[in-house]
Amino acid sequence: MNAMGSLEPKLRVKAATKVYQTGSGDLLALDRCSLDIQAGEILTVVGPSGSGKTTLLWAMSGLHGLTSGEVVLDGKTIKGPNSQIGMVFQEANLLPWRNVDANIRFPFEIKGEKPDEAWIASLMHRVGLDGFGRKMPRELSGGMQQRVALVRALSFKPSVLLMDEPFGALDAFTREEMNHLVEEIYLDTRTTIVLITHSIEEAIFLGDRIVVMSARPGRIAHIHDVPFARPRSMDIMSTREVFDLTNTIKREIVGDQQSKARIAQRPAAAATPGN
Amino acid sequence: MSNSDAIPEFGKTSAGSGEVGVANMSALTAGPGINSFRDVAIIVAVAVVVIGSVEVLLNIFAVPQYVLPKPSEIAVALYTDFGFIAPHLGHTLIELFSGFGIGAVIGLILAAVITQFPFAEKIITPYILLLVTTPMLALVPLLILRFGFGYEPRIIAVALASGPMVMINAATGFRRVDSGKIALARSYGASTLQIFWKVRAPMALPMIFVGLMVGSIFGLLTAVGAEMVGGGFGLGNRLTSYSSMIQMPQFFAVVMILSTLGILIYVLFFLLGKKFASWEA
Repeated sequence: MNAMGSLEPKLRVKAATKVYQTGSGDLLALDRCSLDIQAGEILTVVGPSGSGKTTLLWAMSGLHGLTSGEVVLDGKTIKGPNSQIGMVFQEANLLPWRNVDANIRFPFEIKGEKPDEAWIASLMHRVGLDGFGRKMPRELSGGMQQRVALVRALSFKPSVLLMDEPFGALDAFTREEMNHLVEEIYLDTRTTIVLITHSIEEAIFLGDRIVVMSARPGRIAHIHDVPFARPRSMDIMSTREVFDLTNTIKREIVGDQQSKARIAQRPAAAATPGN
Repeated sequence: MSNSDAIPEFGKTSAGSGEVGVANMSALTAGPGINSFRDVAIIVAVAVVVIGSVEVLLNIFAVPQYVLPKPSEIAVALYTDFGFIAPHLGHTLIELFSGFGIGAVIGLILAAVITQFPFAEKIITPYILLLVTTPMLALVPLLILRFGFGYEPRIIAVALASGPMVMINAATGFRRVDSGKIALARSYGASTLQIFWKVRAPMALPMIFVGLMVGSIFGLLTAVGAEMVGGGFGLGNRLTSYSSMIQMPQFFAVVMILSTLGILIYVLFFLLGKKFASWEA
């Protein structure tokens, strides 16, 4: 951090563009997306399917490259997986042949480092996994599995946590619980979090800012600030402000899809094969 | 920058591509469990009744011994002639273990290497299928011409019969790894070798055990068959010899030994699979 540290974003996405080569031609998944993410903020990303949310997150993680543009973490361009970044995937993605303890130590095995047992124990306690260390993944519910995944992602103290629709497969109550848990952990650690979600409610409850993406090509359409103090309670979800924000975002997503559909109809008709 | 640049999509928990292999024998590994003393008692009682009825019926209808010996006669032959049959059992086991060992190691290595290169896999798979479907017994006369009447032609035949079975099942296992788990390992900076040992291999383990089980049974069949074709030793040789001399109790004693051997092999790999691959229930 320099003297102007507060102005330097933690994570900077510069004109990120991604083209997938598919059987039916090139697909522009991400079109010149630029975004600054400040240290210690929770940024949530919503958008229709095909808006490149996951592609954007994977580019941030260094797991997938970009066709052009770059992602800069602490002033350095990301060129591959980085130990400053923890990742939580859709589905818990636990290794089914390892018990909970062994799953959580998996990152350390790969990196060849010694795990910080005290830190892991405190995380386990924090997410309510005390006494679950020897359980196999199949013995755990979806919510418990995702808790293990959360501990695993935080076990090596990353400064950025990337979450790819982590709670999409959970029921509404478990999801709410997990949202509270993420906020608690965030307040403890002040980890910078980027969370992708299908749920506008989740995006509002957790986000300091919400990025709304548009589909085909994936672009950043809108960015909203969420002006609620933390810790937040579910009560904010029934306020007028949240109601209006939810509707605005819904309109942005649905409106975008409808206009895309109208445009898509004409070329589709022209492309009907004729002799 | 990245090796696998596919569109990320993890809705499905496992990549379905390899779920059903050519020789997916999961039915073999999913037998009913025997849980209580009562189960055991019933199984034993049924066996006693069945064997006893056979004994009685053969007596009543006075079936000649050269057609079908009585269970009691087989038991006596097994007891009195076991000392003579035992060395032959040893020969068969030597052929089975060495042939299966060679075949399984080559099969496993081939499966691990080939699944890393999908294009090479496409080219090689038809030949592996050919090896799986062709009865290797057909080659035994040729192998005897080349290698004589010793262990060599039998060991080669066993390796040829069991190796492709192990390979094709193991390859199914190595192929079905889902990209989410590989991405997970890569997000920690895992190397290709680490991904193989820590993700691909454990994930393939259940199918590897199925392959080893099927391969070893095929190996046993081929070993006995090869012994019947030529050479002066081995359980297969005993079968041809006893039947040509119409020594039916001894003949069936050897069959009993072979059945027991087959069951022991099955149980061994069943237990190994249960111990090391029980997570896939």
